[in-house]
Amino acid sequence: MLSTDPMHQFVVQPLVELPTVFGIDLTITNAAFFMIVTALLSSLGLILMTGRGAMVPTRSQSIAELLYGFVADMVRSIMGEEGRKFFPYVFTLFTFILVANLIGLFPGVYTVTSQLVVTFALALMSFSLVLITGFAKNGFGFLKLFAPAGLPFVMYFLIVPIEIISFLSRPFSLAIRLFANMMAGHTLLKLFGGFVLSLSSLGAVGIFASIMPLAVATAVTALEIMIAGLQTYVFAVLTCIYLNDALHPSH
Amino acid sequence: MEIEAAKQIGAGIAAIALGGAGMGLGTIFGNYLTGALRNPSAAPGQFTNLLIGFALTEFTGLLGFVVAMIILFG
Repeated sequence: MLSTDPMHQFVVQPLVELPTVFGIDLTITNAAFFMIVTALLSSLGLILMTGRGAMVPTRSQSIAELLYGFVADMVRSIMGEEGRKFFPYVFTLFTFILVANLIGLFPGVYTVTSQLVVTFALALMSFSLVLITGFAKNGFGFLKLFAPAGLPFVMYFLIVPIEIISFLSRPFSLAIRLFANMMAGHTLLKLFGGFVLSLSSLGAVGIFASIMPLAVATAVTALEIMIAGLQTYVFAVLTCIYLNDALHPSH
Repeated sequence: MEIEAAKQIGAGIAAIALGGAGMGLGTIFGNYLTGALRNPSAAPGQFTNLLIGFALTEFTGLLGFVVAMIILFG
């Protein structure tokens, strides 16, 4: 039963037991291990890809340049030239989530973005950056974000609470979107994998019938690769839009 | 009623949220296609907005999924 349980893949297990230092448990779990792998893979990969810096890019270098250009275009089109100083943050976020989503699709690899605590930490980072930028750049003028100009006076009693609630729900929606997408996709994959296993244990007819769930699992894998890229893009775009709100609070 | 049975029924009811999300996604992509076919030159500029609308709509369906998971395993 353990092998076909679709939720078993999300269990966090300790890999290396380490002592607790200053109240922080340093034990390396499978989630922490694959987060380190993700960070190393994305940073070392990009360093190796762009290391030589050839004028005529090689194949690997042009992949890195495509990634850079894609994120740079996105940042520029949403935030304008002012947003250039946020490019390193958005690019780091983008590569980290993309690599975490993609390596999570390999069998046996733990998908770190399917843990709510990971995605919520990422979302909270974006949210605090928005708050800090907003108040540092505009002072209390940042609060104009909650009161769009040009409304009849009575409407403000309605609009301001709605705007405040929608602003405060941003980190939750960012986090839950990524987490639930990855978790739902991987549950679906394991579910169809489990169908294949339980069907093929029924003998020759079962093995023949298990072609169908296998085909669906293959199709879902293709869909998951698309979702991995799409959710990365959505997370980065929404971060850009929220940062743009912080830069230009008066709608 | 057994608490386990009630949990299963509750998780099933929570999955109804997917119906609303499906309708919303259909509206978004359908309207995007309608607009894109009427004015193809303006379509690429709205692709980001399409994806943002997609993400915001999909979120409501995913909340249903999360609620179902909380009911079943929480």
